[in-house]
Amino acid sequence: MAHYTPPKQGKASQLFDVVVLVVLTIGALFVPLWLNMAGAAKSVANPIADPTWEALGQNAAQAAKYEALGFTPETAHDLILARFDYSFSIGALLTMIVVIVLYYFLILRFSEVEYREVISEKFGK
Amino acid sequence: MADVDITSQTMDGMGPHGTKVGLLRVLGPAHVWALGVGIVLVGEYMGWNFSVGKGGAYAALIACWFAGILYSCVAMIDSEVTSTVASAGGQYTQAKHIIGPLMAFNVGLYLVFAYTMLEAANAITAGYLFSVVATMTGYSGELDQRPFIILVITFLAWLNYRGVLATLTFNLVITAVAFSAIIILFLSTSGILGGGIMDHAALFEGHELPYGWVGVLAAMHFGLWYYLGIEGTTQAAEEVRSPARSLPFGTLAGIMTLLIAATLTWYVCSGILPWEFLGDGVDGAVAPLFSAAQLSGSMALVWLLGFGTLFATLASANGCINDASRAWFAMGRDKYLPGWFGAVHPKYRTPYRAIIFLVPIALIFALGAPLDQVITFSILSGLLGYTFMPLNIILFRRKWPLDTIKRGYEHPFHPIPAIALLTLCGVTFFAVFLGYGTQLVAMIGFYIIVSLWFHFWRYRFVNRGAQFTMPWPKPRGY
Repeated sequence: MAHYTPPKQGKASQLFDVVVLVVLTIGALFVPLWLNMAGAAKSVANPIADPTWEALGQNAAQAAKYEALGFTPETAHDLILARFDYSFSIGALLTMIVVIVLYYFLILRFSEVEYREVISEKFGK
Repeated sequence: MADVDITSQTMDGMGPHGTKVGLLRVLGPAHVWALGVGIVLVGEYMGWNFSVGKGGAYAALIACWFAGILYSCVAMIDSEVTSTVASAGGQYTQAKHIIGPLMAFNVGLYLVFAYTMLEAANAITAGYLFSVVATMTGYSGELDQRPFIILVITFLAWLNYRGVLATLTFNLVITAVAFSAIIILFLSTSGILGGGIMDHAALFEGHELPYGWVGVLAAMHFGLWYYLGIEGTTQAAEEVRSPARSLPFGTLAGIMTLLIAATLTWYVCSGILPWEFLGDGVDGAVAPLFSAAQLSGSMALVWLLGFGTLFATLASANGCINDASRAWFAMGRDKYLPGWFGAVHPKYRTPYRAIIFLVPIALIFALGAPLDQVITFSILSGLLGYTFMPLNIILFRRKWPLDTIKRGYEHPFHPIPAIALLTLCGVTFFAVFLGYGTQLVAMIGFYIIVSLWFHFWRYRFVNRGAQFTMPWPKPRGY
C-alpha cells in the first residue's frame, strides 16, 4: 500500500473539532436531564396518613436505628416507602438490544477496514 | 512516529509528533496499586449503596460478588494484554493495536468519560463532606459546596500537572489511610474489638429481597461501583519502570484488596443501617461508612471515617485526573484528537495540556448534574469498555498466539474469563436498562455519532502505519 500522508490540520479546524466533541458530550448527559427523561425516580405508591414505625413496616431494631439517625415516622415516610418501578415493555428492551448490537457492529466493521490499512502500511502486503 | 521499544526499562516514554520529551519512567508496583485502588476505593465510601436501594441488602451483596467476578475477569485480561502493550492510553492503545482505530477512539472516549465523571462524583462527595464538617463544628446555615468542589478539582489538577511521582505517592499514602479506616471500623463495630453494634438479622427482617429477584438484577448496575476504575492501572504503563512485572502485580493485588474492602463495607453498613436509608444515596446515606461510624457512638471513628471518606474521594479524583489525561494525551499524540493535546511538559514531563483541558469538563458535570446521574454516566462508559475487553483478548490470542509474543503475564482458563465477562456485561446492560434506559440509549447514540464523525472526518489526519508502535510481528490472518 502506498504511504498515506495525512493533511496538516489548521488551528481553527482543531479548535472546531474540540468544540464539536465537547458539545456532543455535554448533550449526551444533559439532554435527557433537561427533557426529564433521566429515569430512576422513586415514588410512593400508597402513602400512609399519620404513620407509625409499625405502619411503615419497621420492627423495633429498625425503628431504633432510624431514631438514632434523627428520623421520626413522619420524616422517614417517603424514604421508607418510595420504590422504583421496574416494569418495562418488550419493545423498549428489544430497541436497546438492537441499538447496542448495531453500535458494536458498526465500530467493529469500520475498525476492520481501518486496521487493514494500518497493517498493510506497517508490514506491507 | 519513531519505531521505538516503549517497553524498554532504560528509556523514558515516547515523545513523537514533534514532542521533544516523553513521560518519565519513575513508578513501581506500589504506585500501580495506589493508582488502581486509589481510584476505586471511594466506591466503598459512596455510590455502591445505590445498589441496596435498587434491590435490598442481599441483592447488593450478590451484586458485589458478581461484579467482583466481572472485575476479576477484567483484571486478568487487562494484565495479560497490558503486560505487552506498555504504553500510555491503556486499553485505548490495546484496541489500536488489536482491533482497529475506530474501536480505539471509542475506547479512549470511554476511558476519558468514565474517569472524568468519576472525578466529578468525587468532587460532589467532597463538597458534601465539607458541609457535614461545617455542621458538626457548629455552622447552622446551608454551606455552599461549590467553592469546595472547584477547589478539589483544581488542586488535584495542579498536583497532576507538577509530576506523576508526587501525585501517585500522595495517592499511596491517602489510599492506605482510607483502606485502614475500613478495617478499623469493621473491627470496632463487629465485636472483635469491644462491643459490636451490628444486627443483620433484625435489620433484614421483612426486607430480605424487597423487589424480588428482579431487584438482584437491578442491583448489578451500581454493583460495578464497588470496583469501577481498577482497569485504570494500565494508564501508568508508560511511566512504570518495569511494565511487564509491575502492571500485572499492581492490578491483581489491587482487585484482591478491593474484593476484601467491598465485602467488609457491605457487611459493616448493612449490619448498622436500615436498608431504605442505606440505599438512598441522595436523601439517606450519601457516605454510608461515615453514617455507620456516626451510629457507632465513637467520635474517634466518626473523625477517622470522615478523613477516610475525604481521602478516598481525593485519591480517586487524583487518579482519575491522571488516567483521563493520559488517555486524552495518547489520543492527541496519535492525532485521533487535535495533536495539540499530545504535548509533554518540558520540565514536569506530564501531559499538561490534557490535564488542564479536562478541568472545566469535570467542573461542568460536578456543578451541573445530580450525583446518581454522574455515576451512571461513568458506569455506562465503563460498561462499554468492559464489553470491549472480551473481544480484545479473543482477537489478541487469535492474532498473536502465546508462542508469538512474550507476555509478562498469561491469564489462565482462556476463553472462560472472556465469556464470563461478556455474560456479566449483558446482565449489567439489562440492569442499567431497568432504571436508566434513556441515558443508555442517549449515550450509545452519542458514541454512534462521534464514531461516524471520527471515521468520515477525523481519521483523515491520522498517519496510518505509524499508529502501530509495538515491536510485534505481523498479526495472523493479515
